[in-house]
Amino acid sequence: MSLHTQDDPELRKAQEERLREVWKPPSGWFFRWTDVNNNRIGVWYTLTAFGFMLFAGVLALIMRTQLAVPENDLVSANTFNQLFTLHGSMMMFLFAVPMFEAVSIILLPQLLGARDLPFPRLSAFGYWSFLLGGVFVGGSIFFNAAPDGGWFMYPPLTTRTDLSGLGADIWMLGLSFIEVSSVAAAVELIVGVLKCRPPGMRLNLMPLYAWYILVVAVMILFAFPPLIAGDLLFEMERLLGWPFFDAAKGGDPLLWQHLFWIFGHPEVYIVFLPSIALFAMLIPTFAQRHLLGYPWIVLAAVGTAFLSFGLWVHHMFATGLPKISLAFFSAASEAVAIPTGVQIFAFIATLWAGKVKWSTPLLYASGSLAVFVIGGLTGVMVAIAPFDWQAHDTYFVVAHLHYVLIGGTLLPLFGGLYYYWPLITGKKLSDRLGRIAFWIMFVGVNLTFFPMHLSGLEGMPRRVFTYPADLNIGWLNLASTLGSYLFATGVAVLVVDLALSPTRKKAARNPWNAGTLEWLALPEDEDWGIRSVPLIESRYPIWDQPGFVAKVDEGRFFLPDAEEGRRETIITSVLDAKPVSVIRLGTPSVKPMMTAVALGAVFILTTYHLYLLAALSGVATLACVLWWLWDTAEIPEKPEKGIGHGIDLPLYISGPAAPGWWAMFITMMADATAFSGLVFGYYFYWTIHPDFGAGFDRPGVYWPMVALALSLASWATTVAARELNARAQVLPARMLLIAGAVLAGISIFAGLRGLSGLDPKANVYPAIVYVLVIWTVAHAAVGVVMQLYTLARSFAGRMTPTHDADLRNITVYQHFFALTALVAYLTIGLFPEAGL
Amino acid sequence: MRRLVKRARSLRVTLWTLIVPPTTWAVHFLFSYLWAAVSCAKLGEWARFPTAFAIGTVIALLVIVAAGLIAWQQARTPGEPAPHDSGTDVDRLRFIAYSTLLLSGLSFIAVVFTAAPVIVLSDCR
Ligand code: HEM
Ligand SMILES: [Cu+2]
Repeated sequence: MSLHTQDDPELRKAQEERLREVWKPPSGWFFRWTDVNNNRIGVWYTLTAFGFMLFAGVLALIMRTQLAVPENDLVSANTFNQLFTLHGSMMMFLFAVPMFEAVSIILLPQLLGARDLPFPRLSAFGYWSFLLGGVFVGGSIFFNAAPDGGWFMYPPLTTRTDLSGLGADIWMLGLSFIEVSSVAAAVELIVGVLKCRPPGMRLNLMPLYAWYILVVAVMILFAFPPLIAGDLLFEMERLLGWPFFDAAKGGDPLLWQHLFWIFGHPEVYIVFLPSIALFAMLIPTFAQRHLLGYPWIVLAAVGTAFLSFGLWVHHMFATGLPKISLAFFSAASEAVAIPTGVQIFAFIATLWAGKVKWSTPLLYASGSLAVFVIGGLTGVMVAIAPFDWQAHDTYFVVAHLHYVLIGGTLLPLFGGLYYYWPLITGKKLSDRLGRIAFWIMFVGVNLTFFPMHLSGLEGMPRRVFTYPADLNIGWLNLASTLGSYLFATGVAVLVVDLALSPTRKKAARNPWNAGTLEWLALPEDEDWGIRSVPLIESRYPIWDQPGFVAKVDEGRFFLPDAEEGRRETIITSVLDAKPVSVIRLGTPSVKPMMTAVALGAVFILTTYHLYLLAALSGVATLACVLWWLWDTAEIPEKPEKGIGHGIDLPLYISGPAAPGWWAMFITMMADATAFSGLVFGYYFYWTIHPDFGAGFDRPGVYWPMVALALSLASWATTVAARELNARAQVLPARMLLIAGAVLAGISIFAGLRGLSGLDPKANVYPAIVYVLVIWTVAHAAVGVVMQLYTLARSFAGRMTPTHDADLRNITVYQHFFALTALVAYLTIGLFPEAGL
Repeated sequence: MRRLVKRARSLRVTLWTLIVPPTTWAVHFLFSYLWAAVSCAKLGEWARFPTAFAIGTVIALLVIVAAGLIAWQQARTPGEPAPHDSGTDVDRLRFIAYSTLLLSGLSFIAVVFTAAPVIVLSDCR
């Protein structure tokens, strides 16, 4: 028998004490909310999203009550518009997407056997932004100020301030703010999956949930930014009168539809794939065997993600686009059925091959798949353009979309709730109540939405607050309304079950006998995440690796201790999960919350046209961010630390091995995508207007080229500074940083100089040129802040030749900035000039 | 031939190689859409069997097939017996290679789907 140090129970107890001390949550009525542990943030996040879902559900019930009988007058047409807009928007932006992020923030650290994800403070920031924005948007209905343009907010109805009120601004600005938090969560999740896996968890051993989360988070990165770009144009039009969507001044409402649906269709998969991910975790558990076809599932996830970006125009079939373009999108819509089918077959095959235990979670999983498939079938119908022309904007579409969303998002989440509740609370939910709730909901969904296919085909348009009696669809609508109340009853049973949970006794650990890492969690929760970070050799380590659980619990794997009193986790390499370093994690702090409040104020004050205060909040946000960043990337007290088993890892890394570098890179991908949305706008106008830009003042060639040259020079000096700094040439590096800041500063003037003489209100051409230039110079300004910040870090001794994470990260920013400047200035400077 | 197989097997596979086939689809798709949109808007018509479109499609298919062939060779790298899901270097290589192969198949079909309407439809109306 080996005499391992961990055999000593005294030592283990001391280690546990130290870990408990380090991971202790803050206490006090206010300070408890400054916690940044993802386990806790995730729970708040989930509860908040669940609350928004219930709220949006109540709105739906009011709508259904209004529609129960023909010519009803329970609510006015105006209120009804607010109801469906807020219901749809909240369900999509405040429930479906955040819910997936919330659940993943809870599950991922456990699934990956990490102490925590790399940026706990970022998660906290995302949560507070979400809460603030959500209350702002949702609360507007109590002031009769809710948005009323439908969840896709088509202009021109919504951009004309004489036709729509404050609601439209609330939608645009409130939801833009929430999109910021979604992107923040996506960054956290991507870096978490890529860099925080336990040693040995190579890509082919990663739990499928993690694969899906990776894929979905990347989708968010490419789907949300075009919408943010659209929001930007939208608000420019509403607040400043720049005519992006105003056909009278050369704009085009179709551009909004493009930008919206480039987001909107992938969105459907963004909310659906996480549910499939939940199935991929619970099906092997209840079949008690490995999931069949692991690479096939990865294919399906990646394939769906890609193809779903080629579908957006199928929402625009009725807008008169060239048929040949429609055909491309129709083709992609049919192709996406292939990977969806593959996933479902892999699940069925797994169940087939195992000995299935019929449990409540599995009941939800199979029931929701049945509902989803019906929605999928009608989806294939509406993906065929001629059918769509018939069914467009009727209740047929309402039926289709709810089958998909309820079968694809809501019911699977409830299944996941039953499955994962013991993980989060240590208690099981009632199997009996769960089944009762399921069957009530199942009947309810079908009774609500099946008749809508018929009422739609009978000619009931969507988004009407009432219908005439002689259309003869009264009975169909009555059935729908009864069904919706039945559904609500089912949800109420589920809520009762949750409410009874605290009275129940603790369940056993790993009550379903699952094989994946997250079930290491103990019923009496510890805040440290995992006792020791395991070495992974299989996809289902609890099943396959002998003595696995005991070894983790006894701290026999890596990083069992917190000698220095710091929160830490292990960073590994992307492909093979080889340990590369230990990082220190953020501790509880008010900074994330304050930053969220300051940023929220920018959006909210802008809604009420209080521009001066909004600008001040902007300054406050910047201050908060810098204050927050100042103690990141700190230089550790010693270069390396042992994680056990004779392995020593560095405590500081920079460049592509470091999580911070990845976070910057990923954020910049999102940024570049938003920018492409704007550039798309420019060329979109160019294609539809034969004489785009003719008859207006233009920026000319000179100033854009000067601005470009200066921007590129600023980029080059930053790169040079990085290189010199790494060679210990600190003084020249600092000089170059100063030079870079000065060059970028002058580029701002040059860029703006080119705009003189252009009137953005007059026509869409000057307006879009303005937007491209403003976007670029704003990036130059941020670049200046970064260069000066790095300089300050260098002077403060927080950045040295060997500890240069800051400089490496801002260089990533500069690469993207150079690209932005290149595209923007070449476009506006040369394109119309070339006489095309 | 044997040399080629060996070359293919020794190539490094990463997450980036995994997304080569679907990215090719995406580029081809975007290219087709923009081509159609611009020619319909600017010329008012869509030439039957436009040459650039055909060349683009062939190139896309070739890239996808090449990625698929390389992946196929790598997926057959000899190593432990099935089921090939342990944490070894070879199994990780096989896994990415096999997934890439599957994605090549899907991307191939998707490119063909995109190209098919061009044969049937010939104008912008
Ligand atoms: C049983 C529960 C639900 C009921 C009774 C319900 C009912 C309704 C009704 C009556 C409409 C208005 C249709 C129209 O006039 O066009 C609507 C729209 C919508 N619902 Fe639901 N809904 C439910 C659940 C959900 C869920 C779970 C989601 C998403 C996750 C969702 C997303 C939407 C969206 C996006 C719209 C479109 C809003 C718009 O046209 O602007 N609904 N729903
Ligand atoms: Cu769609």
